[in-house]
Amino acid sequence: MNLQLLQQVTAFIWQEGDMLDHGEYDAWLSLWSEKGVYVIPINPTEEDFENSLNYAYDDAHMREKRVVRLTGGESISTTPVPRTVRTLSRFRVLYEDAEYVTVRCAQNLREFRKDALKHYSADIVYELERAGDGFRIQRKLIRLINSDDALAGIGYIL
Amino acid sequence: MNKLIETVTLESSPAELVQPDRVHTSLYTDPQIFDEEMQRIFYSTWVWVAHESEIPDAGSYKSTYIGKQPVIVVRDRKKQVHVLLNRCRHRGATVCEHKKGKTSSFVCPYHGWSYALDGSLRGVPHPESYGECLDKGEFPLVSLRVEAYAGMLFATFKDDIEPLVDFLGPAKKWMDLFMKQGAGYGIKVPGEHRFRFPGNWKIQLENTTDAYHFPLVHKSFLSSVDQQTLDMLDFVEGPGYVEDLGNGHSVMVMIPELVDLEADLDKPIPARFEELAQALRDEGIEEMQVRRIVRAVGGSGFNLNLFPNVACSMAFFRVLQPISVNETEIHHAVITMDGGPAVANRYRLRLHEHFQGPMGFGTPDDSEAWERVQKGSHAGEDLWILLNRGLPGEKPTEDGRVSDVSAETGMRAAYQQWKKMMSA
Repeated sequence: MNLQLLQQVTAFIWQEGDMLDHGEYDAWLSLWSEKGVYVIPINPTEEDFENSLNYAYDDAHMREKRVVRLTGGESISTTPVPRTVRTLSRFRVLYEDAEYVTVRCAQNLREFRKDALKHYSADIVYELERAGDGFRIQRKLIRLINSDDALAGIGYIL
Repeated sequence: MNKLIETVTLESSPAELVQPDRVHTSLYTDPQIFDEEMQRIFYSTWVWVAHESEIPDAGSYKSTYIGKQPVIVVRDRKKQVHVLLNRCRHRGATVCEHKKGKTSSFVCPYHGWSYALDGSLRGVPHPESYGECLDKGEFPLVSLRVEAYAGMLFATFKDDIEPLVDFLGPAKKWMDLFMKQGAGYGIKVPGEHRFRFPGNWKIQLENTTDAYHFPLVHKSFLSSVDQQTLDMLDFVEGPGYVEDLGNGHSVMVMIPELVDLEADLDKPIPARFEELAQALRDEGIEEMQVRRIVRAVGGSGFNLNLFPNVACSMAFFRVLQPISVNETEIHHAVITMDGGPAVANRYRLRLHEHFQGPMGFGTPDDSEAWERVQKGSHAGEDLWILLNRGLPGEKPTEDGRVSDVSAETGMRAAYQQWKKMMSA
Protein backbone atom coordinates (compact mmCIF):
# COMPACT_ATOMS: atom_id res chain seq x y z
CA MET A 1 0.00 0.00 0.00
CA ASN A 2 1.29 3.44 -0.99
CA LEU A 3 0.95 5.15 2.38
CA GLN A 4 2.55 8.34 1.20
CA LEU A 5 -0.07 8.73 -1.54
CA LEU A 6 -2.85 7.84 0.90
CA GLN A 7 -1.61 10.58 3.21
CA GLN A 8 -1.42 13.09 0.36
CA VAL A 9 -4.94 12.50 -0.91
CA THR A 10 -6.32 12.42 2.64
CA ALA A 11 -4.75 15.79 3.39
CA PHE A 12 -6.16 17.22 0.16
CA ILE A 13 -9.70 15.93 0.80
CA TRP A 14 -9.69 17.03 4.45
CA GLN A 15 -8.65 20.46 3.31
CA GLU A 16 -11.50 20.55 0.80
CA GLY A 17 -14.02 19.53 3.49
CA ASP A 18 -12.70 22.17 5.86
CA MET A 19 -13.07 24.86 3.19
CA LEU A 20 -16.71 23.88 2.61
CA ASP A 21 -17.58 23.80 6.32
CA HIS A 22 -16.02 27.24 6.76
CA GLY A 23 -17.44 28.89 3.66
CA GLU A 24 -14.13 29.41 1.87
CA TYR A 25 -15.75 29.05 -1.53
CA ASP A 26 -13.23 30.90 -3.69
CA ALA A 27 -10.50 28.63 -2.40
CA TRP A 28 -12.79 25.64 -2.98
CA LEU A 29 -13.47 26.65 -6.61
CA SER A 30 -9.73 26.85 -7.22
CA LEU A 31 -9.31 23.17 -6.25
CA TRP A 32 -11.09 22.11 -9.43
CA SER A 33 -9.74 21.30 -12.84
CA GLU A 34 -11.43 23.40 -15.55
CA LYS A 35 -13.43 20.45 -16.90
CA GLY A 36 -14.22 18.99 -13.49
CA VAL A 37 -17.74 17.80 -12.69
CA TYR A 38 -19.52 17.78 -9.33
CA VAL A 39 -22.19 15.03 -9.35
CA ILE A 40 -24.85 13.95 -6.89
CA PRO A 41 -26.89 11.18 -8.53
CA ILE A 42 -30.38 10.08 -7.48
CA ASN A 43 -30.24 6.44 -8.54
CA PRO A 44 -27.73 4.56 -6.32
CA THR A 45 -26.57 2.36 -9.22
CA GLU A 46 -26.42 5.05 -11.90
CA GLU A 47 -23.23 5.29 -13.97
CA ASP A 48 -24.35 7.45 -16.91
CA PHE A 49 -24.70 10.72 -15.00
CA GLU A 50 -24.69 13.01 -18.00
CA ASN A 51 -27.77 11.35 -19.48
CA SER A 52 -29.76 10.95 -16.29
CA LEU A 53 -31.41 13.17 -13.70
CA ASN A 54 -29.19 14.09 -10.75
CA TYR A 55 -29.51 16.33 -7.72
CA ALA A 56 -26.53 18.24 -9.06
CA TYR A 57 -24.43 17.91 -12.20
CA ASP A 58 -22.23 21.00 -12.02
CA ASP A 59 -19.58 22.06 -14.48
CA ALA A 60 -17.33 25.03 -13.65
CA HIS A 61 -20.02 27.51 -14.65
CA MET A 62 -22.68 25.93 -12.41
CA ARG A 63 -20.27 25.59 -9.49
CA GLU A 64 -19.63 29.31 -9.61
CA LYS A 65 -23.35 30.05 -9.81
CA ARG A 66 -24.00 27.73 -6.87
CA VAL A 67 -21.46 29.60 -4.77
CA VAL A 68 -23.05 32.93 -5.72
CA ARG A 69 -26.47 31.57 -4.73
CA LEU A 70 -25.21 30.31 -1.36
CA THR A 71 -23.40 33.52 -0.50
CA GLY A 72 -25.49 36.18 -2.31
CA GLY A 73 -28.14 36.63 0.39
CA GLU A 74 -30.97 36.43 -2.18
CA SER A 75 -32.19 32.98 -1.21
CA ILE A 76 -34.50 32.50 1.78
CA SER A 77 -33.52 28.85 2.10
CA THR A 78 -29.86 29.73 2.72
CA THR A 79 -30.50 32.68 5.01
CA PRO A 80 -29.71 31.99 7.78
CA VAL A 81 -26.78 30.02 6.43
CA PRO A 82 -26.86 26.34 7.45
CA ARG A 83 -23.94 25.32 9.71
CA THR A 84 -22.23 22.12 8.70
CA VAL A 85 -19.59 19.82 10.13
CA ARG A 86 -18.43 16.96 7.93
CA THR A 87 -16.26 14.06 8.92
CA LEU A 88 -14.34 12.22 6.22
CA SER A 89 -12.75 8.86 6.77
CA ARG A 90 -12.26 5.32 5.40
CA PHE A 91 -10.02 6.54 2.56
CA ARG A 92 -9.06 3.97 -0.04
CA VAL A 93 -7.05 4.54 -3.20
CA LEU A 94 -8.89 2.71 -6.00
CA TYR A 95 -6.61 3.68 -8.86
CA GLU A 96 -3.34 5.50 -9.44
CA ASP A 97 -1.04 6.24 -12.31
CA ALA A 98 1.42 9.00 -13.16
CA GLU A 99 -1.37 11.49 -13.90
CA TYR A 100 -4.49 10.41 -12.00
CA VAL A 101 -5.62 9.07 -8.65
CA THR A 102 -9.08 7.78 -7.72
CA VAL A 103 -10.01 7.75 -4.02
CA ARG A 104 -13.16 6.53 -2.29
CA CYS A 105 -14.07 7.65 1.21
CA ALA A 106 -16.97 8.00 3.64
CA GLN A 107 -18.54 11.32 4.57
CA ASN A 108 -20.82 11.94 7.50
CA LEU A 109 -22.22 15.42 7.55
CA ARG A 110 -24.25 17.13 10.23
CA GLU A 111 -26.29 20.17 9.31
CA PHE A 112 -27.95 22.62 11.64
CA ARG A 113 -30.24 25.39 10.48
CA LYS A 114 -32.91 27.24 12.43
CA ASP A 115 -34.27 24.51 14.71
CA ALA A 116 -33.33 21.29 12.95
CA LEU A 117 -30.29 19.01 13.05
CA LYS A 118 -29.98 16.79 9.98
CA HIS A 119 -27.59 14.05 9.01
CA TYR A 120 -26.37 12.98 5.56
CA SER A 121 -24.09 10.00 4.97
CA ALA A 122 -22.42 9.46 1.64
CA ASP A 123 -19.82 7.52 -0.25
CA ILE A 124 -17.64 9.97 -2.15
CA VAL A 125 -15.43 9.04 -5.08
CA TYR A 126 -12.81 11.64 -5.97
CA GLU A 127 -11.12 11.49 -9.36
CA LEU A 128 -8.01 13.60 -8.90
CA GLU A 129 -5.51 14.87 -11.39
CA ARG A 130 -1.95 15.30 -10.14
CA ALA A 131 -0.90 18.96 -10.30
CA GLY A 132 2.60 19.81 -9.05
CA ASP A 133 2.79 18.75 -5.41
CA GLY A 134 -0.98 18.52 -5.09
CA PHE A 135 -4.13 17.66 -7.01
CA ARG A 136 -7.00 19.12 -9.01
CA ILE A 137 -10.51 17.61 -8.75
CA GLN A 138 -11.67 16.06 -12.01
CA ARG A 139 -14.81 14.59 -10.61
CA LYS A 140 -16.40 14.48 -7.20
CA LEU A 141 -19.15 11.85 -7.12
CA ILE A 142 -21.35 11.95 -4.03
CA ARG A 143 -23.55 8.93 -3.48
CA LEU A 144 -25.90 9.71 -0.59
CA ILE A 145 -27.01 6.47 1.03
CA ASN A 146 -30.58 7.78 1.00
CA SER A 147 -30.36 9.34 -2.47
CA ASP A 148 -33.53 7.64 -3.66
CA ASP A 149 -35.57 8.77 -0.66
CA ALA A 150 -37.45 12.07 -0.40
CA LEU A 151 -34.90 14.62 0.83
CA ALA A 152 -35.29 18.09 2.32
CA GLY A 153 -33.67 21.20 0.87
CA ILE A 154 -29.83 21.12 1.01
CA GLY A 155 -28.60 24.70 1.16
CA TYR A 156 -24.86 24.06 1.03
CA ILE A 157 -22.29 22.06 -0.89
CA LEU A 158 -22.01 18.39 0.01
CA MET B 1 -78.25 7.11 28.00
CA ASN B 2 -75.31 9.42 27.54
CA LYS B 3 -75.81 12.33 25.25
CA LEU B 4 -73.63 12.11 22.13
CA ILE B 5 -70.78 14.59 22.07
CA GLU B 6 -71.22 17.15 19.34
CA THR B 7 -68.11 16.73 17.17
CA VAL B 8 -69.10 18.92 14.23
CA THR B 9 -68.61 22.53 15.21
CA LEU B 10 -69.76 25.52 13.20
CA GLU B 11 -66.14 26.18 12.28
CA SER B 12 -65.69 22.88 10.53
CA SER B 13 -68.52 23.39 8.06
CA PRO B 14 -66.77 23.61 4.67
CA ALA B 15 -69.14 26.30 3.45
CA GLU B 16 -68.15 28.48 6.40
CA LEU B 17 -64.43 27.84 6.00
CA VAL B 18 -64.21 28.67 2.31
CA GLN B 19 -65.41 32.12 1.34
CA PRO B 20 -65.24 33.51 -2.21
CA ASP B 21 -62.19 35.61 -1.36
CA ARG B 22 -60.54 33.79 1.59
CA VAL B 23 -60.18 30.46 3.35
CA HIS B 24 -59.94 29.74 7.04
CA THR B 25 -56.49 29.02 8.53
CA SER B 26 -57.73 25.73 10.00
CA LEU B 27 -57.60 24.27 6.47
CA TYR B 28 -53.83 24.09 6.96
CA THR B 29 -53.75 22.98 10.59
CA ASP B 30 -56.76 20.88 11.61
CA PRO B 31 -56.00 17.11 11.58
CA GLN B 32 -59.72 16.34 11.47
CA ILE B 33 -60.08 18.31 8.26
CA PHE B 34 -57.10 16.41 6.85
CA ASP B 35 -58.78 13.06 7.58
CA GLU B 36 -61.97 14.27 5.94
CA GLU B 37 -59.98 15.39 2.90
CA MET B 38 -58.60 11.89 2.44
CA GLN B 39 -62.14 10.44 2.38
CA ARG B 40 -64.01 13.14 0.54
CA ILE B 41 -61.33 14.24 -1.94
CA PHE B 42 -58.51 11.73 -2.42
CA TYR B 43 -60.74 8.65 -2.15
CA SER B 44 -63.61 10.24 -4.06
CA THR B 45 -62.17 11.72 -7.25
CA TRP B 46 -59.67 11.08 -10.04
CA VAL B 47 -56.12 11.08 -8.66
CA TRP B 48 -53.04 11.05 -10.89
CA VAL B 49 -50.91 7.95 -10.39
CA ALA B 50 -48.35 7.80 -13.23
CA HIS B 51 -47.30 8.82 -16.69
CA GLU B 52 -47.64 5.93 -19.13
CA SER B 53 -43.90 6.06 -19.92
CA GLU B 54 -43.10 5.09 -16.33
CA ILE B 55 -44.54 1.62 -16.99
CA PRO B 56 -43.59 1.06 -20.65
CA ASP B 57 -43.64 -2.74 -20.96
CA ALA B 58 -45.70 -5.74 -19.95
CA GLY B 59 -44.75 -6.35 -16.30
CA SER B 60 -43.50 -2.78 -15.66
CA TYR B 61 -44.79 -1.38 -12.41
CA LYS B 62 -44.52 1.61 -10.10
CA SER B 63 -45.60 1.80 -6.47
CA THR B 64 -47.14 5.01 -5.22
CA TYR B 65 -49.95 6.35 -3.00
CA ILE B 66 -53.47 7.59 -3.43
CA GLY B 67 -53.96 9.74 -0.39
CA LYS B 68 -52.57 7.56 2.43
CA GLN B 69 -53.16 4.24 0.66
CA PRO B 70 -50.26 2.41 -1.03
CA VAL B 71 -51.04 1.29 -4.59
CA ILE B 72 -49.23 -0.44 -7.46
CA VAL B 73 -49.59 0.83 -11.01
CA VAL B 74 -48.80 -2.08 -13.32
CA ARG B 75 -49.06 -3.09 -16.98
CA ASP B 76 -50.23 -6.67 -17.52
CA ARG B 77 -49.21 -9.11 -20.27
CA LYS B 78 -51.80 -7.63 -22.64
CA LYS B 79 -50.40 -4.13 -21.87
CA GLN B 80 -53.53 -3.17 -19.94
CA VAL B 81 -52.87 -0.85 -16.97
CA HIS B 82 -54.12 -1.82 -13.50
CA VAL B 83 -54.02 0.15 -10.28
CA LEU B 84 -54.02 -2.30 -7.37
CA LEU B 85 -54.11 -1.74 -3.63
CA ASN B 86 -50.70 -2.80 -2.31
CA ARG B 87 -52.06 -5.17 0.34
CA CYS B 88 -52.20 -8.91 0.44
CA ARG B 89 -55.75 -10.20 0.85
CA HIS B 90 -54.58 -12.74 3.43
CA ARG B 91 -53.19 -10.77 6.36
CA GLY B 92 -52.56 -7.36 4.89
CA ALA B 93 -48.81 -7.17 4.12
CA THR B 94 -47.66 -5.06 1.20
CA VAL B 95 -46.83 -7.23 -1.82
CA CYS B 96 -44.45 -4.72 -3.43
CA GLU B 97 -41.77 -2.61 -1.75
CA HIS B 98 -39.89 -1.38 -4.84
CA LYS B 99 -40.56 2.06 -6.30
CA LYS B 100 -40.25 0.84 -9.85
CA GLY B 101 -39.38 -2.35 -11.68
CA LYS B 102 -40.48 -5.21 -13.83
CA THR B 103 -42.01 -8.46 -12.65
CA SER B 104 -44.20 -11.35 -13.71
CA SER B 105 -46.20 -11.49 -10.47
CA PHE B 106 -46.53 -10.03 -6.98
CA VAL B 107 -45.76 -12.46 -4.19
CA CYS B 108 -46.53 -11.66 -0.57
CA PRO B 109 -43.35 -12.20 1.47
CA TYR B 110 -45.27 -13.32 4.57
CA HIS B 111 -47.03 -16.53 3.50
CA GLY B 112 -46.31 -16.62 -0.21
CA TRP B 113 -49.72 -15.78 -1.70
CA SER B 114 -49.03 -14.88 -5.32
CA TYR B 115 -50.95 -12.53 -7.58
CA ALA B 116 -50.91 -12.08 -11.36
CA LEU B 117 -50.22 -8.67 -12.94
CA ASP B 118 -53.96 -8.02 -13.17
CA GLY B 119 -54.26 -8.61 -9.42
CA SER B 120 -55.93 -12.04 -9.57
CA LEU B 121 -54.88 -14.48 -6.86
CA ARG B 122 -52.95 -17.24 -8.61
CA GLY B 123 -51.81 -19.46 -5.81
CA VAL B 124 -51.53 -19.97 -2.06
CA PRO B 125 -48.91 -22.35 -0.61
CA HIS B 126 -50.22 -25.50 1.09
CA PRO B 127 -53.90 -24.96 0.20
CA GLU B 128 -55.06 -28.26 1.78
CA SER B 129 -55.73 -26.68 5.16
CA TYR B 130 -58.35 -24.37 3.59
CA GLY B 131 -60.41 -27.33 2.41
CA GLU B 132 -63.33 -25.74 0.52
CA CYS B 133 -63.32 -22.49 2.49
CA LEU B 134 -61.09 -20.35 0.25
CA ASP B 135 -62.35 -19.33 -3.18
CA LYS B 136 -59.35 -17.69 -4.87
CA GLY B 137 -61.67 -15.82 -7.21
CA GLU B 138 -62.93 -13.81 -4.23
CA PHE B 139 -59.55 -12.50 -3.13
CA PRO B 140 -57.72 -10.62 -5.88
CA LEU B 141 -55.66 -7.54 -5.04
CA VAL B 142 -58.29 -4.80 -4.94
CA SER B 143 -58.33 -3.17 -8.36
CA LEU B 144 -59.28 0.49 -8.83
CA ARG B 145 -60.92 2.17 -11.78
CA VAL B 146 -58.24 3.62 -14.07
CA GLU B 147 -58.52 5.94 -17.05
CA ALA B 148 -56.00 7.94 -19.08
CA TYR B 149 -55.76 11.13 -21.06
CA ALA B 150 -52.76 12.38 -23.05
CA GLY B 151 -50.55 9.70 -21.49
CA MET B 152 -51.44 10.69 -17.92
CA LEU B 153 -52.91 7.86 -15.84
CA PHE B 154 -55.53 8.55 -13.17
CA ALA B 155 -57.29 6.19 -10.78
CA THR B 156 -60.28 6.40 -8.48
CA PHE B 157 -61.94 4.33 -5.77
CA LYS B 158 -65.35 5.42 -7.10
CA ASP B 159 -67.16 3.48 -9.78
CA ASP B 160 -69.98 5.99 -9.97
CA ILE B 161 -68.17 9.27 -10.68
CA GLU B 162 -67.98 10.90 -14.10
CA PRO B 163 -65.48 9.62 -16.71
CA LEU B 164 -61.99 11.14 -16.46
CA VAL B 165 -62.40 13.15 -19.67
CA ASP B 166 -65.50 14.84 -18.27
CA PHE B 167 -63.72 15.60 -15.00
CA LEU B 168 -60.81 17.19 -16.88
CA GLY B 169 -63.12 19.17 -19.17
CA PRO B 170 -61.42 22.25 -20.66
CA ALA B 171 -58.13 21.23 -19.02
CA LYS B 172 -57.74 18.59 -21.75
CA LYS B 173 -56.72 21.06 -24.43
CA TRP B 174 -53.98 22.39 -22.14
CA MET B 175 -52.74 18.85 -21.56
CA ASP B 176 -52.55 18.39 -25.33
CA LEU B 177 -50.56 21.63 -25.63
CA PHE B 178 -48.23 20.56 -22.81
CA MET B 179 -47.43 17.26 -24.52
CA LYS B 180 -46.00 19.18 -27.51
CA GLN B 181 -42.81 19.13 -25.45
CA GLY B 182 -42.33 15.72 -27.02
CA ALA B 183 -41.50 17.57 -30.30
CA GLY B 184 -42.94 14.67 -32.27
CA TYR B 185 -41.20 12.06 -30.14
CA GLY B 186 -43.11 10.65 -27.22
CA ILE B 187 -43.06 12.19 -23.74
CA LYS B 188 -40.91 10.22 -21.31
CA VAL B 189 -40.52 10.50 -17.54
CA PRO B 190 -37.02 9.12 -16.87
CA GLY B 191 -36.68 10.29 -13.27
CA GLU B 192 -37.87 12.66 -10.58
CA HIS B 193 -36.78 14.78 -7.66
CA ARG B 194 -38.60 13.90 -4.45
CA PHE B 195 -38.64 16.05 -1.34
CA ARG B 196 -40.79 16.71 1.68
CA PHE B 197 -41.70 19.94 3.40
CA PRO B 198 -43.34 20.45 6.78
CA GLY B 199 -46.59 21.95 5.58
CA ASN B 200 -50.10 21.22 4.36
CA TRP B 201 -50.62 19.91 0.81
CA LYS B 202 -52.86 22.80 -0.22
CA ILE B 203 -49.99 25.27 0.28
CA GLN B 204 -48.25 23.54 -2.63
CA LEU B 205 -51.51 23.26 -4.59
CA GLU B 206 -51.91 27.05 -4.39
CA ASN B 207 -48.32 27.71 -5.44
CA THR B 208 -48.68 26.20 -8.92
CA THR B 209 -50.75 29.15 -10.10
CA ASP B 210 -49.00 31.79 -7.95
CA ALA B 211 -47.05 34.12 -10.24
CA TYR B 212 -46.94 36.76 -7.50
CA HIS B 213 -44.19 35.00 -5.51
CA PHE B 214 -41.88 34.32 -8.43
CA PRO B 215 -39.68 37.46 -8.63
CA LEU B 216 -39.23 37.54 -4.86
CA VAL B 217 -38.83 33.91 -3.79
CA HIS B 218 -36.82 33.02 -6.90
CA LYS B 219 -34.52 36.03 -6.87
CA SER B 220 -31.41 33.87 -6.53
CA PHE B 221 -32.52 31.70 -9.46
CA LEU B 222 -33.21 34.77 -11.58
CA SER B 223 -29.72 36.06 -10.76
CA SER B 224 -28.29 32.86 -12.25
CA VAL B 225 -29.85 33.05 -15.73
CA ASP B 226 -29.02 35.07 -18.87
CA GLN B 227 -30.74 38.36 -19.76
CA GLN B 228 -33.06 36.78 -22.33
CA THR B 229 -34.36 34.24 -19.82
CA LEU B 230 -34.67 36.99 -17.23
CA ASP B 231 -36.82 39.07 -19.61
CA MET B 232 -38.93 36.01 -20.43
CA LEU B 233 -39.53 35.30 -16.73
CA ASP B 234 -40.44 38.91 -15.97
CA PHE B 235 -44.13 38.08 -16.31
CA VAL B 236 -45.83 39.45 -13.21
CA GLU B 237 -46.90 42.67 -14.93
CA GLY B 238 -47.05 41.05 -18.36
CA PRO B 239 -49.96 40.02 -20.61
CA GLY B 240 -50.37 36.54 -19.08
CA TYR B 241 -53.45 35.40 -17.21
CA VAL B 242 -54.91 32.82 -14.86
CA GLU B 243 -58.07 30.97 -15.88
CA ASP B 244 -60.40 28.84 -13.78
CA LEU B 245 -61.17 25.75 -15.89
CA GLY B 246 -63.83 24.24 -13.63
CA ASN B 247 -63.74 21.22 -11.27
CA GLY B 248 -60.85 22.84 -9.36
CA HIS B 249 -58.52 22.91 -12.36
CA SER B 250 -56.85 26.10 -13.52
CA VAL B 251 -54.14 27.34 -15.84
CA MET B 252 -51.66 30.16 -15.33
CA VAL B 253 -50.21 31.43 -18.59
CA MET B 254 -46.98 33.27 -17.81
CA ILE B 255 -45.49 33.45 -21.29
CA PRO B 256 -48.29 33.62 -23.90
CA GLU B 257 -45.90 33.16 -26.85
CA LEU B 258 -44.92 29.76 -25.41
CA VAL B 259 -48.45 28.36 -25.14
CA ASP B 260 -48.25 26.56 -28.49
CA LEU B 261 -44.73 25.19 -28.91
CA GLU B 262 -45.38 24.31 -32.54
CA ALA B 263 -46.29 27.88 -33.50
CA ASP B 264 -43.77 30.60 -34.47
CA LEU B 265 -41.08 28.12 -35.47
CA ASP B 266 -39.62 30.76 -37.81
CA LYS B 267 -38.82 33.13 -34.91
CA PRO B 268 -35.13 33.60 -33.95
CA ILE B 269 -33.66 30.91 -31.70
CA PRO B 270 -32.78 32.33 -28.25
CA ALA B 271 -29.03 32.77 -27.73
CA ARG B 272 -28.94 30.22 -24.89
CA PHE B 273 -30.14 27.50 -27.29
CA GLU B 274 -27.93 28.34 -30.28
CA GLU B 275 -25.31 25.78 -29.34
CA LEU B 276 -28.02 23.11 -29.02
CA ALA B 277 -29.54 24.08 -32.38
CA GLN B 278 -26.15 23.76 -34.04
CA ALA B 279 -25.52 20.37 -32.42
CA LEU B 280 -28.90 19.17 -33.76
CA ARG B 281 -28.12 20.50 -37.27
CA ASP B 282 -24.78 18.69 -37.08
CA GLU B 283 -26.71 15.48 -36.48
CA GLY B 284 -28.43 16.03 -39.82
CA ILE B 285 -31.81 17.06 -38.41
CA GLU B 286 -33.66 19.39 -40.79
CA GLU B 287 -34.12 23.03 -39.77
CA MET B 288 -37.84 23.03 -38.91
CA GLN B 289 -37.42 19.97 -36.68
CA VAL B 290 -34.38 21.58 -35.04
CA ARG B 291 -36.55 24.57 -34.20
CA ARG B 292 -39.37 22.37 -32.97
CA ILE B 293 -36.98 20.50 -30.65
CA VAL B 294 -35.37 23.71 -29.39
CA ARG B 295 -38.75 25.24 -28.55
CA ALA B 296 -39.79 22.02 -26.83
CA VAL B 297 -36.61 21.93 -24.74
CA GLY B 298 -37.38 25.38 -23.30
CA GLY B 299 -40.72 24.13 -21.95
CA SER B 300 -44.29 25.43 -22.11
CA GLY B 301 -45.20 28.95 -21.03
CA PHE B 302 -47.91 27.84 -18.61
CA ASN B 303 -48.68 25.87 -15.45
CA LEU B 304 -51.78 23.68 -15.56
CA ASN B 305 -53.06 22.69 -12.14
CA LEU B 306 -55.22 19.56 -12.08
CA PHE B 307 -57.14 19.16 -8.84
CA PRO B 308 -56.18 17.59 -6.50
CA ASN B 309 -52.65 16.25 -6.96
CA VAL B 310 -50.84 16.92 -10.24
CA ALA B 311 -49.70 19.81 -12.37
CA CYS B 312 -48.22 20.15 -15.83
CA SER B 313 -45.76 22.80 -14.76
CA MET B 314 -43.81 24.47 -17.59
CA ALA B 315 -41.40 21.58 -18.27
CA PHE B 316 -42.18 18.89 -15.68
CA PHE B 317 -44.96 17.11 -13.82
CA ARG B 318 -45.43 18.33 -10.26
CA VAL B 319 -47.09 15.72 -8.05
CA LEU B 320 -48.13 16.22 -4.46
CA GLN B 321 -48.73 13.50 -1.92
CA PRO B 322 -50.25 14.43 1.44
CA ILE B 323 -48.44 12.75 4.36
CA SER B 324 -50.22 14.41 7.28
CA VAL B 325 -51.90 17.72 8.04
CA ASN B 326 -48.48 19.34 8.29
CA GLU B 327 -46.31 17.31 5.97
CA THR B 328 -46.34 16.89 2.20
CA GLU B 329 -44.17 15.01 -0.25
CA ILE B 330 -43.54 16.54 -3.66
CA HIS B 331 -42.30 14.82 -6.81
CA HIS B 332 -40.93 16.86 -9.67
CA ALA B 333 -40.88 14.40 -12.57
CA VAL B 334 -38.54 15.39 -15.39
CA ILE B 335 -39.73 15.08 -18.98
CA THR B 336 -37.55 14.11 -21.93
CA MET B 337 -38.26 13.24 -25.57
CA ASP B 338 -38.63 9.47 -25.86
CA GLY B 339 -36.08 8.46 -28.48
CA GLY B 340 -35.25 12.12 -29.11
CA PRO B 341 -31.70 13.44 -29.61
CA ALA B 342 -29.60 12.79 -26.49
CA VAL B 343 -28.04 16.25 -26.69
CA ALA B 344 -31.49 17.85 -26.45
CA ASN B 345 -32.54 15.59 -23.59
CA ARG B 346 -29.36 16.51 -21.70
CA TYR B 347 -30.40 20.16 -21.97
CA ARG B 348 -33.74 19.30 -20.42
CA LEU B 349 -32.12 17.31 -17.61
CA ARG B 350 -29.71 20.15 -16.81
CA LEU B 351 -32.51 22.76 -16.92
CA HIS B 352 -34.54 20.62 -14.50
CA GLU B 353 -31.58 20.21 -12.12
CA HIS B 354 -30.95 23.96 -12.24
CA PHE B 355 -34.33 24.86 -10.71
CA GLN B 356 -35.82 21.70 -9.18
CA GLY B 357 -34.96 19.33 -6.41
CA PRO B 358 -33.38 19.65 -2.96
CA MET B 359 -30.25 21.22 -4.45
CA GLY B 360 -31.94 23.20 -7.22
CA PHE B 361 -31.83 26.98 -7.35
CA GLY B 362 -35.62 27.29 -7.06
CA THR B 363 -37.30 24.45 -5.15
CA PRO B 364 -35.58 24.92 -1.77
CA ASP B 365 -36.75 28.54 -1.65
CA ASP B 366 -40.34 27.54 -2.44
CA SER B 367 -40.09 24.89 0.24
CA GLU B 368 -38.81 27.44 2.76
CA ALA B 369 -41.70 29.81 1.98
CA TRP B 370 -44.29 27.03 2.37
CA GLU B 371 -42.73 25.87 5.63
CA ARG B 372 -43.08 29.40 6.93
CA VAL B 373 -46.74 29.53 5.90
CA GLN B 374 -47.38 26.39 7.95
CA LYS B 375 -45.46 27.76 10.94
CA GLY B 376 -47.11 31.18 10.77
CA SER B 377 -50.58 29.71 10.42
CA HIS B 378 -50.37 28.46 14.02
CA ALA B 379 -50.49 32.09 15.09
CA GLY B 380 -53.94 33.64 15.18
CA GLU B 381 -56.05 30.57 14.66
CA ASP B 382 -59.14 32.64 13.91
CA LEU B 383 -57.46 34.51 11.06
CA TRP B 384 -58.00 33.92 7.36
CA ILE B 385 -55.80 33.23 4.34
CA LEU B 386 -56.47 35.95 1.77
CA LEU B 387 -57.17 34.89 -1.80
CA ASN B 388 -58.68 38.09 -3.20
CA ARG B 389 -55.86 39.17 -5.50
CA GLY B 390 -57.12 39.87 -9.03
CA LEU B 391 -60.74 39.57 -7.96
CA PRO B 392 -61.90 42.99 -9.25
CA GLY B 393 -60.59 42.25 -12.77
CA GLU B 394 -62.03 38.75 -12.99
CA LYS B 395 -64.29 38.10 -16.02
CA PRO B 396 -66.29 35.10 -17.24
CA THR B 397 -64.92 33.09 -20.19
CA GLU B 398 -66.13 30.16 -22.24
CA ASP B 399 -64.29 27.76 -19.89
CA GLY B 400 -64.66 29.55 -16.56
CA ARG B 401 -63.26 32.80 -15.22
CA VAL B 402 -60.08 34.71 -16.05
CA SER B 403 -58.00 37.41 -14.41
CA ASP B 404 -54.46 38.79 -14.61
CA VAL B 405 -51.38 36.56 -14.41
CA SER B 406 -50.77 37.16 -10.71
CA ALA B 407 -54.43 36.83 -9.73
CA GLU B 408 -55.37 34.22 -7.14
CA THR B 409 -58.07 32.92 -9.50
CA GLY B 410 -56.56 29.42 -9.69
CA MET B 411 -56.50 29.11 -5.89
CA ARG B 412 -60.10 30.29 -5.66
CA ALA B 413 -61.01 27.65 -8.26
CA ALA B 414 -59.31 24.90 -6.25
CA TYR B 415 -60.96 25.94 -2.98
CA GLN B 416 -64.43 26.10 -4.57
CA GLN B 417 -63.91 22.49 -5.67
CA TRP B 418 -62.62 21.67 -2.17
CA LYS B 419 -65.77 23.18 -0.67
CA LYS B 420 -68.01 21.28 -3.09
CA MET B 421 -66.35 17.94 -2.38
CA MET B 422 -66.04 18.46 1.37
CA SER B 423 -69.76 19.38 1.56
CA ALA B 424 -70.95 16.45 -0.58
